[in-house]
Amino acid sequence: MSEKSADWTSGEAAIRYQSCAACGSVQYFRRGFCAACGATELAEQRASGEGTVYATSLVCRAATPETRAHVPYNIVLVDTPEGFRMMAHGDNDLAIGDRVTARFVPFAGRLVPFFEGREE
Amino acid sequence: MSFITGVGLTSYGKHEGSSSLDLMSKAAALAIADAGLTRAEIDGILCGYSTVSPHIMLATVFAEHFGIRPSYAHAVQVGGATGLAMTMLAHHLVDAGVVRHVLVVGGENRLTGQSRDASIAALAQVGHPDYEVPLGPTIPAYYGLVASRYMHEYGVSEEDLAEFAVLMRAHAATHPGAQFHDPITVADVMASKPVALPLKLLDCCPVSDGGAAFVVSREPTGEARVRVRGCAQAHTHQHVTAAPALSELGAEIAIARAKAASGVAISDVRYAAVYDSFTITLAMLLEDLGLAARGEAAARVRTGYFSRDGQMPLNTHGGLLSYGHCGVGGAMAHLVETHLQMTGRAGNRQVRDASIALLHGDGGVLSSHVSMFLERVR
Repeated sequence: MSEKSADWTSGEAAIRYQSCAACGSVQYFRRGFCAACGATELAEQRASGEGTVYATSLVCRAATPETRAHVPYNIVLVDTPEGFRMMAHGDNDLAIGDRVTARFVPFAGRLVPFFEGREE
Repeated sequence: MSFITGVGLTSYGKHEGSSSLDLMSKAAALAIADAGLTRAEIDGILCGYSTVSPHIMLATVFAEHFGIRPSYAHAVQVGGATGLAMTMLAHHLVDAGVVRHVLVVGGENRLTGQSRDASIAALAQVGHPDYEVPLGPTIPAYYGLVASRYMHEYGVSEEDLAEFAVLMRAHAATHPGAQFHDPITVADVMASKPVALPLKLLDCCPVSDGGAAFVVSREPTGEARVRVRGCAQAHTHQHVTAAPALSELGAEIAIARAKAASGVAISDVRYAAVYDSFTITLAMLLEDLGLAARGEAAARVRTGYFSRDGQMPLNTHGGLLSYGHCGVGGAMAHLVETHLQMTGRAGNRQVRDASIALLHGDGGVLSSHVSMFLERVR
């Protein structure tokens, strides 16, 4: 079992994923085993922070006082070149297919990944 | 073999002062009376959950409250698919001879029992606690993501989605129990407040109080003979981040399995009851189930195909979008309405022929699916 490395879910400005030594699968939601083959030999990897927008939804009505202070904010699903999909925030004008790069911004008391359009 | 022998449904909307147990009890009493049974004859209970009054043993809490000592009882939780999942389990339980009459019940005072924000926040917890929820998504945002992708891949417009809200409202107008009766237009939907774009307020189902119940029995108990012909499930993921491609979602898998289990083809179906938490949900599911070609469900709405007097009447009570959504009971209203249609008891909403019906439920973010065929037996 690999040791845990800090990422944005624990307040560190990084996106991490796991890759399986046995079958080569990659996974974004951290676990102690590979969800594809069950092997426990996983390598913790740091993602490049690059990706392509898969889907977007601009949240205009939030449910808590902390998140309401940020509306509107754009929730995006981004496909990474490393092979996993992740949810994040992004520029409000992002469109599906846009090439994006991550930075990290404060949101409702946390640090979250925020994707902005990349100049080609 | 199993039969839906009785159904019960409250009005949806505000039931000020009613608890979840009150609403469950009201619907249960209606269903048992409809089946021509007494409480003592109910030997199985399946119930859903209540976000207002969570409990680790809701089925026995309800059984005690209602005054039944069943030989089989527990709760079931698969989000919006819970009602049909319970029906599927009840079907197998009576078919296997475990019990004779299963009471399936759901109800919740979700509108008046807690704030709307509390409901929205509670439901957002279907998201991943570490990788999604900290980003502040809401249920409409999860479905908004799916909608953006579906519209992108299949050329569906926001006006197309609006057609489903208009249709459900038109159907609700003829049901006295529906939460909303005022007619709406595509322009009204387009002008409604943005919630999680591309979804706007009228693309979203409301939060409601209400209860629904049915009895599933091994043998018919009266004239109403509605048989469970076959059913199946599919569960491909929980979180939208981990969802498969649009072409590989669970509805297509569940319906294929249900067709195989029942021997029913889509061309046999005369009435459809399909989960409609959002307009995009209904559009996608209709196309996944084969009730419309890809990207063409809205066009079928415009031609009247899914209207009460159309070829495939759909959610004639108004669906979640306009009859209302009280949690587990929400989609159970679809089955109650289907039963009324199949037994010729839908009054001014009665369709010409509901001899074979297709029901489909979805839980999570298109995560859990149940497809079911019901057949009227003479």
